[in-house]
Amino acid sequence: MDAPVIDGWFTVDGGTAHLLGTRCADCRTVCFPPRTGFCPNPRCAGENLAETRLSRRGTVWSYTNACYPPPTPFVAAEPYTPVTLAAVELAEEGIVVLGQVKDLTVEELHVGMELELTWGPLADGPPVWMWGRP
Amino acid sequence: MSAVVLGAGMHPWGKWGRPFTEYGVAAARAALRDADLAWTDVQYVVGAGTIRNGYPGFVAGATFAQAMGWSGARIASCYAACASGAQALDIARTRILAGLCDVAMVVGADSTPKGFFKPVGGDRPDDPDWLRFRLLGATNPAYFALYARRRMALYGDTAEDFAAVKVKNALAGSLNDNARYRRTVTAGQVLDSPMVADPLRLMDICATSDGAAALVLASEDFARRHGARGPVRLAAVSTVTPSFPDTVLGLPDFATDSTAAVPPPERTFRASIAHAAYEEAGLGPGDLSFAEVYDLSTALELDWVEEIGLCPPGEAGKLLRAGDTSLGGRIPVNPSGGLASFGEAVPAQAIAQVCELTWQLRGRAGSRQITGARVGLAANQGLFGHGSAIIATT
Ligand SMILES: [Zn+2]
Repeated sequence: MDAPVIDGWFTVDGGTAHLLGTRCADCRTVCFPPRTGFCPNPRCAGENLAETRLSRRGTVWSYTNACYPPPTPFVAAEPYTPVTLAAVELAEEGIVVLGQVKDLTVEELHVGMELELTWGPLADGPPVWMWGRP
Repeated sequence: MSAVVLGAGMHPWGKWGRPFTEYGVAAARAALRDADLAWTDVQYVVGAGTIRNGYPGFVAGATFAQAMGWSGARIASCYAACASGAQALDIARTRILAGLCDVAMVVGADSTPKGFFKPVGGDRPDDPDWLRFRLLGATNPAYFALYARRRMALYGDTAEDFAAVKVKNALAGSLNDNARYRRTVTAGQVLDSPMVADPLRLMDICATSDGAAALVLASEDFARRHGARGPVRLAAVSTVTPSFPDTVLGLPDFATDSTAAVPPPERTFRASIAHAAYEEAGLGPGDLSFAEVYDLSTALELDWVEEIGLCPPGEAGKLLRAGDTSLGGRIPVNPSGGLASFGEAVPAQAIAQVCELTWQLRGRAGSRQITGARVGLAANQGLFGHGSAIIATT
């Protein structure tokens, strides 16, 4: 695998993709993207945010696609095929995470269906996390 | 004691290709004429900033003040994305309420490029707005589409419902000289327009526009001395941030806050924006004569109708289909034609909403006048959690 498109947000371990977040040692609040410094819970003084791997499966909160190539800094494939996006709810963390969807079109998605974390390359090479069929 | 609107002015919206300063000055002069005041009477000027016009856009207060002719007025510039105009208004109103000035001018103007809004240029991996494009290609319409699809799944809304919002707002916009789009449209035209971000089509999504809006605010005492009869009062300006955990995915974020430790708040962010305005004004949704809400997409107008409390969640489609939110209906929404008819000129749009409140409350909105309008609410939301709602009354 090439270097990820961004450091520290996800990892591929033995072929399995994981989103990397942080969990506050004091109140257990989870963050994605991972955070440094201070817990975002306004009633928590926590400063100990440990890296945590997020659940790999969740349910679709909503989804869409990009029928026109998104503008730079996105690098669109040529010829362009619509990018599918899904916002996926992870029950344990109580969080919704947006990502590209791999190998599924909007016609194949519905709110509430289960997706699993995977990864794939951006058009110019570096890998990014994606939601895919479990 | 309240701050009142003495003058409202706009430059018509469109794609004119001229510097934003020209639009702002035209709107400011129109507002001064409306207030029957000279530029040199203005003691305090606030410019709502825009990132798209370089340094002069960042320091919009000074840019407009210089273009109008340096007058020695006190000044401020503020940028809060789509809430810039509301924040500018808040700053001016607060100065007046504090007794630090009698007459203030608020101006916002923009010249926008064609197509999707893009992040600030350069290689900026520390900027979430840049990253959402780089990593996901997640444009603004993509977020609007997520909300639209969610409505369809939760409430059974349809593409026809969304198209009906556009038909309604285009009809209102056809009666507004300042609107960019003056043609009425049919549901068929909306449903035949190209898909942009499923389920939203080109005509479901507001365009980017050039445009400007300005307001002259004054203290009640000054207004009385000046001979203004029944000036429009600013009863509330809400600038709240979300309450943790914010559980609705917001622009330009990759994820929501987590509910692992703290349960979701009583109100969503959008609902809390309106709620804070109602609390400040001592009024409720039942007191409204009409509302201007942020129809960045047709479906988003339905979200706002619920979040400002006109009906329970999921029932905005019912109100729409009953004609309640149309001109002539029980509670008209976006009588100006909304962003559907104007397009986005970011720093101007919250100010433009208040221009419409002013004209409606004065009974001078021409053929789109709402009979007996007494209380109007304008709501919008700025990137990264800038709340924006204003309540004006007769
Ligand atoms: Zn914490």
